[in-house]
Amino acid sequence: MPSTESRLTSEAPSVVTVGAELLTDTLTAQGAPVHPVDFRPPLAGDGVDDALVDVLADPRRAEANETALNRVLGVRPRLVDVRPASEFLGLRPGTFYHAGPPIAWKDASGPLRGALIGAMLFEGLAQSPEEAEKALAEGAATLEPCHHHGGVGPMAGVVSPSMWVFVLRDEADPERYSWCSLNEGLGKVLRYGAYGPEVVERLRWMSSVLGPVLRDAVRARGPIDLGTILAQMLHMGDEAHNRNRAGTLMLLRDLLPNLVAGDHPAEDLAEVMRFVGGNDHFFLNLAMPALKLMLDAGRDVPGSSLVVAMARNGTEFGIQVSGTGDQWFTGPAQYPEGLFLGSYGPDDANPDIGDSAITETGGMGGFVMAAAPAIVRLVGGDAAFAMDATQNMYEITNDDHPLFQLPILDFRGSPTGIDVAKVVSTGILPQINTGMAGRVPGTGQVGAGLVTPPAECFTKAIRALGEAAEAP
Amino acid sequence: MTTDTANGDIAVRVYPGTYRDSVSLMLLSREVATMDGVADALVGMGTAVNLQSFTEMGAPVPSDVAENDLIVAVQAADPAVREAAFARAEAGDATRPTGATGGGERRARSVRTAARVPGQAPASLALVSVPGPHAAGVALEALNEGLDVMVFSDNVPLKHEIALKRTAERLGRLVMGPDCGTAVLQGACLGFANVTRPGTVGVVAASGTGAQHLMSLLDAAHVGVSHCLGVGGRDLSEEVGASSAVRALDILDADPQTDRIVVISKPPAPAAAERLTAHAATLSKPVHTILLGTQGQDITSAVEEVLHAQGVAVPEWPQWAPGSPGGRSARSGALRGLYCGGTLAEEALLVVEAELGAVSSNLGKRAAESETPHRVVDFGADEFTQGRPHPMIDPMPREEQLRAELLDEDCAVVLLDVVLGHGAHPDPASGVAAVVRDGRALGSTTPVIVSLCGTQDDPQDLTRQAETLQAAGAEVYVSNAAAARRAARLAAGKD
Repeated sequence: MPSTESRLTSEAPSVVTVGAELLTDTLTAQGAPVHPVDFRPPLAGDGVDDALVDVLADPRRAEANETALNRVLGVRPRLVDVRPASEFLGLRPGTFYHAGPPIAWKDASGPLRGALIGAMLFEGLAQSPEEAEKALAEGAATLEPCHHHGGVGPMAGVVSPSMWVFVLRDEADPERYSWCSLNEGLGKVLRYGAYGPEVVERLRWMSSVLGPVLRDAVRARGPIDLGTILAQMLHMGDEAHNRNRAGTLMLLRDLLPNLVAGDHPAEDLAEVMRFVGGNDHFFLNLAMPALKLMLDAGRDVPGSSLVVAMARNGTEFGIQVSGTGDQWFTGPAQYPEGLFLGSYGPDDANPDIGDSAITETGGMGGFVMAAAPAIVRLVGGDAAFAMDATQNMYEITNDDHPLFQLPILDFRGSPTGIDVAKVVSTGILPQINTGMAGRVPGTGQVGAGLVTPPAECFTKAIRALGEAAEAP
Repeated sequence: MTTDTANGDIAVRVYPGTYRDSVSLMLLSREVATMDGVADALVGMGTAVNLQSFTEMGAPVPSDVAENDLIVAVQAADPAVREAAFARAEAGDATRPTGATGGGERRARSVRTAARVPGQAPASLALVSVPGPHAAGVALEALNEGLDVMVFSDNVPLKHEIALKRTAERLGRLVMGPDCGTAVLQGACLGFANVTRPGTVGVVAASGTGAQHLMSLLDAAHVGVSHCLGVGGRDLSEEVGASSAVRALDILDADPQTDRIVVISKPPAPAAAERLTAHAATLSKPVHTILLGTQGQDITSAVEEVLHAQGVAVPEWPQWAPGSPGGRSARSGALRGLYCGGTLAEEALLVVEAELGAVSSNLGKRAAESETPHRVVDFGADEFTQGRPHPMIDPMPREEQLRAELLDEDCAVVLLDVVLGHGAHPDPASGVAAVVRDGRALGSTTPVIVSLCGTQDDPQDLTRQAETLQAAGAEVYVSNAAAARRAARLAAGKD
């Protein structure tokens, strides 16, 4: 029997008003404390209102979401090793992992095709781009999402057996791991769909020099606490998606003694330090698997509407949700809005691509724009826009992160734990910072900007959650 | 960034992503439509219902508008007038962008954010008046946030209401509504409610104007109300099973300010009535139940019983007769009831039927218009409020009907209600009085009987409203039953 003591009769009402202004004005005129909501209709779609009610009335909901998010927040991501994908993942020649939800060659966009062509060349499975393309078109390769193997890949996200990957483990539960490829830098790079000789040459150096040097340094040093680095990055102007400058330098600082003390030739070490220090995005490939490791811990809680992955394959945007297992909810990937490099323009851009939206899924990237005012111009905004973007994300997330804090918001924690129901009910879509790949295979990066998922990812997810909901 | 289209003298402007509530827009629509030189105008969001209205108007609305887009359509021969009309719509605050980007004060976009203002006590109640299909989602969010909820919205699907109330039961919260128009908490009026003196009578209401009338009569007898908890018109249906009413009874039973409880409702489903009655019997405080139409009692006589039980003398219920002759009907004939308040109309119908026999009405199953000259209309019913504000806010449609009835030779008496209080029109009597005066100027002697629901402390001032009506030649009663009885006797030729 619920308690019958009620604030309704014991306290003067303090009222949240949602809807007609007349009713708000009536209360204001009486001097009552009133808190109006700037209401907008929920995301539109058949059955969405009904599904939203079923999900919000699911008696498991509050506890399920708390459980899922607490598991996410309990993860302590550590960089523990650097290894070839063939060894660590058992990846065999002819199989490639890629970003986003599952996709076949015939549906793949330019950058994904370009990256697969480059990976074929890199693995020696083809001698020319034409030969590689023909073999891929004939189904010579097996394509599987990184996400299905516990990892993530930026942009095209293509991983082949000879590539090296960062290996992360959870200090709290060492059985759990995640991984990500090593970052190649900017411009003409495989992940943006470029596959020219300089691209393949760089990949060879990364496998023969960068990977082993980093492996030995990491093993010598012992696990590196990536959560602490992420927390500090937010105090140093990084948002861990489009800006990773501070994170990269902190990583280098942590590894330097062991790099220098190791057995590798001085010229290799100098080249490694030049490469890592000159690549402001190097840490992105650690931020991503760190958040992947955290979010995977939140999977498979029945009744939870927590988003555990957002990823794009260049054709489709897909999300996965804690309460609905491994099901992807997809819609057509959108075109980012932002700035273009050199003479590139909007016609040169490919739709949104990459697993890097895992950063936003975990409350970084576009969600903490307020912490990274230095990049708002890159993505076409101003400082006020950055503040507003972050404030909006609190409307669709379930909690403030206890460690990742934003000084500009009086150290409020980052908006963490995207809730499908909140996205649907407010109509606010997650804000994603992203790079833009060229539409034509082989082009590389053409710009950077902002993008949101298509609304149908969330309307499809709410319907699935609604069908799985328990009756109130 | 707006889009303009035109079709002859009809111009359309679309403001993308500019959501405004429908009541504001309907009032603004009328404001723009009545500008000099404007033949027609419509301001609304791009909802399916509104798009139909725009099509009927002949407005060329682009096919890609969304529910979040604000549309202004103006029909005027003069292009300058059309521009002026757009300017008026924008000045009417309809199109000002809110907090989409940068600057300005942030407005909460969710109940959670609004309820948690840093440095202030968390909010205790959410008042939800969004379009019906979206209302339960917002209300559930509020319940999950730990708030009690009043849902003013109508057209909420029944299954949503059931989900909402099961959740409230699980969380130990109260859901007032859906379709709850009236509540009073600690003297604060929510929705349509009158300013009554503080007191010890707690009210549980499945009827909006019924509760307003009840509280106003108590106030006239110098008896105050502790709280009025609305539960929504469907709470006492079989499907909902008195869920909110039972919770509201418990709340009032536990409230130290309340020492007597009155439940007012239209006829409930038998199972819900049984649950309610059985539960009431377990309470520590006396409970009076006014179930309109089931016990042959009217609200006034029920209030008198409450007063007796309270040991308070029943007062002479205030009434104001016209200063000039006209209190006696020239002839017997048709009674025409024109009501804003649904429960008041229902009560009037029962009183009039008892005196005159068959009466036609839009309230439930009644006699056909061809079978009887007598008619009682509820202007607050759905068919009158599609795309228009409630007649308690926008009295114009009913005033037009009053004008017609006064000049109708078959009509022997007009009976209508004027409802005061927060939320209602700021001066409803003046509009009615003006129509009555116009009628008198055109030679109409038809008696006009007004049921005036309100209190001395209402923003509109009961006495001033009554005197305005009286001066125009209307008879005014604070007892709706007395007004209806007087009108029925006039129609029967007995007075």
